[in-house]
Amino acid sequence: MTILEFTGVVLIVSFVAGLLGSLTGLGGGVVLVPLLTIFFHVDIRYAIGASLVSVIATSSGAAASYVKEGFSNIRIGMFLEIATTFGALLGAFLATRIPTSALAIIFGAVLLYSAYLSRTPRPPAQRNLPPDPLATRLRMNGSFPDLEGPRSYNVQHVPTGFSLMFGAGALSGLLGIGSGAVKVLAMDQAMQIPFKVSTTTSNFMIGVTAAASAGVYLSRGYVDPGLSMPVMLGVLAGSLLGSRILVKAETKSLRLVFSVVILVLGLQMLYKGIWGSI
Amino acid sequence: MEVILGNLLRAGVLISAAVVLWGACIYLFRHAHEPAGYRVFRGEPSEYRTIPGVMQSVINGRGRGLIQLGLLLLIATPIARVAFSIVGFAIERDRMYVAFTLIVLAILLYSLLGSSIGV
Repeated sequence: MTILEFTGVVLIVSFVAGLLGSLTGLGGGVVLVPLLTIFFHVDIRYAIGASLVSVIATSSGAAASYVKEGFSNIRIGMFLEIATTFGALLGAFLATRIPTSALAIIFGAVLLYSAYLSRTPRPPAQRNLPPDPLATRLRMNGSFPDLEGPRSYNVQHVPTGFSLMFGAGALSGLLGIGSGAVKVLAMDQAMQIPFKVSTTTSNFMIGVTAAASAGVYLSRGYVDPGLSMPVMLGVLAGSLLGSRILVKAETKSLRLVFSVVILVLGLQMLYKGIWGSI
Repeated sequence: MEVILGNLLRAGVLISAAVVLWGACIYLFRHAHEPAGYRVFRGEPSEYRTIPGVMQSVINGRGRGLIQLGLLLLIATPIARVAFSIVGFAIERDRMYVAFTLIVLAILLYSLLGSSIGV
């Protein structure tokens, strides 16, 4: 393949990944690395570097529209970013040490978990919980505009959420993904933050987390300009289009298709990692 | 404040995408018909992995240098957002969160500058 053909095909694939990722809310980065490694035979380290860059682009692009709606809680975000950025640095350093087959196996496991999580309905955050002393001290409790007027919430289990976010950051730095799945676990289930607040807040955190590991990737020579260029431009264009044409009715079947794709890619990554062909 | 920050993020992304696109035109114009190879990991040469190296290759008019500059701007966008949040918390006289935000900023700057200047 010549550089022109390669750039064109990667651009199209990234565009579709960004579009589907944004329509389904599952994120585009998670399918990019396996697609690039399995179908384009790109070394997994280059693929992770390129994916990380595209994660920053989509997160920062989408966050601009979220902050206007008043859902995201900047205090929760900033506090948890201490955990995610530390984790991201650790993950990025680990990624330069461990063999690529191990990276593929971890990636496969995360994909399978994401596919499972996307098929399980989220239990809604419990309402009217008593205020937690630590969360109150950290001024995390807030309110957001709901259908019946402003709804307030009390954040729970801050230490558990903080530790889980450290793990989310480490995965993000290790695999070049947004690791939305772990963030859901930490913010929705442990900290009992309402869905709308946790989704928008975690979106704003993803870019900052990815920026923490991107510096390490860049200086280690994992960010290739020729590969990152079509990936970043494609994913960005796809996700911007996706956020414009959000159609509620069809996302359900789209989610099903996308989670099957994630499942298949996860199995392939596991297979390749175990048999050492990556 | 939040709206300004949101627009800052959007502007940062659009500017960096424009720089990447500009670099892409130069790069593709010069190298379109060479074979593409990412199967083997070699690691990027130092002109594409340190900030001074990227600047030098931009001055030399290299397309890939421009792409890397765009990517650096992209990485800098969320960092700028964190830096501006410090101002926001300071206006609210929230010392605790000024401290938290400074920690996050220090980690980000360590990652970007500490490792890519080559210290």
